[in-house]
Amino acid sequence: MSETPFLVLSAILFTIGAVGVLTRRNAIVVFMCVELMLNAGNLALITFARTTGTLDGQIAAFFVMVVAAAEVVVGLAIIMTIFRTRRSASVDDASLLKY
Amino acid sequence: MISTAIDVLTAEGGGMPPLVEPGAAGSLALPLVLVIALPALGAAVLLLGGRRTDAWGHLLGTATVVGSFVCSLWLFLGILGRPEDERQITQSLWTWFSAGEWTVDLGLLYDPLSALFLLLITGVGALIHVYSIGYMEHDVRRRRFFAYLNLFVAAMLVLVLSSDYVGVFLGWEGVGLASYLLIGFWQHKPSAAAAAKKAFVINRVGDIGLSLGVGLIFFTFHTTSFDEVSALTSEASAGVMTAIGLLLLLAACGKSAQFPLQSWLLDAMEGPTPVSALIHAATMVTAGVYLIVRSQFVFEYTDAARTAVAVIGTITLLMGAWIGCAKDDIKKTLAGSTMSQIGYMVLAAGLGVAGYAYAIFHLVAHGAFKANMFLGAGSVMHGTNDDVDMRHYGALQKAMPVTFITFAMGYLAIIGFPGFSGFWSKDRIIETALAENLVLGLCALLGAGVTGFYMTRLMLMTFFGEKRWEDDVHPHESPKVMTIPLIVLAALSVFGGIMIAGDWIKKFLAPVTGEGEAHHLPVSPLVISLVVTVVVAIGVAVAWMLFGRREIPREAPTDVSPFTRAGRHDLYGDAINDVLVVGPSKQLTAGLATFDRAVVDGGAMGTASAIGGLSAVARRVQNGFVRSYALALLGGAALVLLALVAVSFA
Repeated sequence: MSETPFLVLSAILFTIGAVGVLTRRNAIVVFMCVELMLNAGNLALITFARTTGTLDGQIAAFFVMVVAAAEVVVGLAIIMTIFRTRRSASVDDASLLKY
Repeated sequence: MISTAIDVLTAEGGGMPPLVEPGAAGSLALPLVLVIALPALGAAVLLLGGRRTDAWGHLLGTATVVGSFVCSLWLFLGILGRPEDERQITQSLWTWFSAGEWTVDLGLLYDPLSALFLLLITGVGALIHVYSIGYMEHDVRRRRFFAYLNLFVAAMLVLVLSSDYVGVFLGWEGVGLASYLLIGFWQHKPSAAAAAKKAFVINRVGDIGLSLGVGLIFFTFHTTSFDEVSALTSEASAGVMTAIGLLLLLAACGKSAQFPLQSWLLDAMEGPTPVSALIHAATMVTAGVYLIVRSQFVFEYTDAARTAVAVIGTITLLMGAWIGCAKDDIKKTLAGSTMSQIGYMVLAAGLGVAGYAYAIFHLVAHGAFKANMFLGAGSVMHGTNDDVDMRHYGALQKAMPVTFITFAMGYLAIIGFPGFSGFWSKDRIIETALAENLVLGLCALLGAGVTGFYMTRLMLMTFFGEKRWEDDVHPHESPKVMTIPLIVLAALSVFGGIMIAGDWIKKFLAPVTGEGEAHHLPVSPLVISLVVTVVVAIGVAVAWMLFGRREIPREAPTDVSPFTRAGRHDLYGDAINDVLVVGPSKQLTAGLATFDRAVVDGGAMGTASAIGGLSAVARRVQNGFVRSYALALLGGAALVLLALVAVSFA
């Protein structure tokens, strides 16, 4: 079975995620898009692991999942705190740290 | 290891040389150290003791110098008893510092040259200390005055006793400091403070000569001790010797007020009169002559530098005499005369082997008679409410008989009246100068005539003629504590010539100055003496015609000849310094300050503000919007990806 469809699907998911990060204002949605990009990456990794017949890609995918989980914990906590103090989850509102 | 340790131990113990070593101090070690230690201790006690020592400070200060004189006499008699070639005592004290191959041992060298200086410094110094007890009686800072005087004596003794150029430099700077402190002793007078600064600054110019000279000596010979340098000088090239000689001459010019660094000496008369007598007539200003005579092993190998010394001496002796003729201030007249007499000594030192001994002879004789006259001038000022203008004196010989008689002895000595000390010493210099170089000799002869003129003028204006003093001035004789030193110095002025009896001083100094063939004049010395005496007599007669027969106006006449006007302005020494040195220095400083502000500061500040401006633009990128950062991130990643693709397909 050819791996091209898997890679195309991975590219499509990554593009959707990237566009979502760049265009959406809601921090939660941006966050979900980041997750989408990570999982697109995972899909590509597993596909390559199958092509080469080694476990390297699969192990890398596990690492990505662990990092994603940790990131969710920290990221959601930050979003929660910002929402509590500013009553807004928009990423454009949190723009105080600048020149 | 053990032998190294022993070496170190013996090196540590090197402060005490074995007593049997030839030239070792032996039983004379104690007075040799005491001669410096006593005044140094006196200065330390008086300066650190503060007001507690006010009551007896002057007595202690005098006692230390008298003690030092006793030690000098002890040493002198000690070496007189030895055979001629053993009249040298060395005493190493400790290693001052050691850097690489350069080790400076602080050591004392007592030889016939130092011996005469020791007697002069401590002898005249002790008399001047005694005199100062009376002269400074009403000064609230008298204790401090004696502390500085003691400091001066100690430094001067270090200068003449050191066995190493670096040690000489130490004493040289010490006397410079003491001179500064004492010229500016009456610091409430702005003129005194300015004079002290001027003396200090001009002396620094000379000190540059000494430090560079010592540096060049070390660079050439890898040692600075007199003994070792004198053994090596025959090997150095003539050019290096000339350079060393000229640098030492520059040093001598600064300290001895020789042309072109002469202008500080006249202003130095702002100090109390005993200071003028001790430092600016008898001892410190002769340090330059000492340096040249001590360095005869350098000047022996360089005719150029020696000629420069003789020419500088001749120029200064004429300039000093010229200034002495025009001044109305009694101390400044004497200061001009000091310049002139030191010019004679420098001239004699520049004549080489033939002249060294006569330079020192004149130095010692001058030390006595000039100190005598300065102290006499101080006594006159003491009796006339500190007036220094000779136009306000007149007819003082009746009011101050002792001062008059003693001053007259100094006067007869300096003009070279037959039989007095100056007659013998100046005669020998003029005679040697005529034999070695006719032009310089004739200039010296002319100088002798002018000396007769200005000293007679001083005598006539001060002690003879009609009284011209103010009504509230009551001239009176000074107390005994001041007149006794005058009497002793007057006796020395009369009998000082005894040193030349049988050429004693020349033979005595021969181990230091060396011996050599001198040129001889085709005429007998007696004829020369006669000629000198006649020239002096002409000078005296002219002064009598101008100042003895006529009434002297209380105000200085203003319609005077250009000669007098130039003399009154110190031959425009200050103006020349202003134009040649001070002005260009100020312009250079202003230029450097402008350069510093415009280029150095401008460069630094310009770079800073350029970088600041650039950052102000660059920081606009940080706009606070997370999504724009994400876009930059994505763009960057895409660029990296493209680059990778491009590289792998290229």
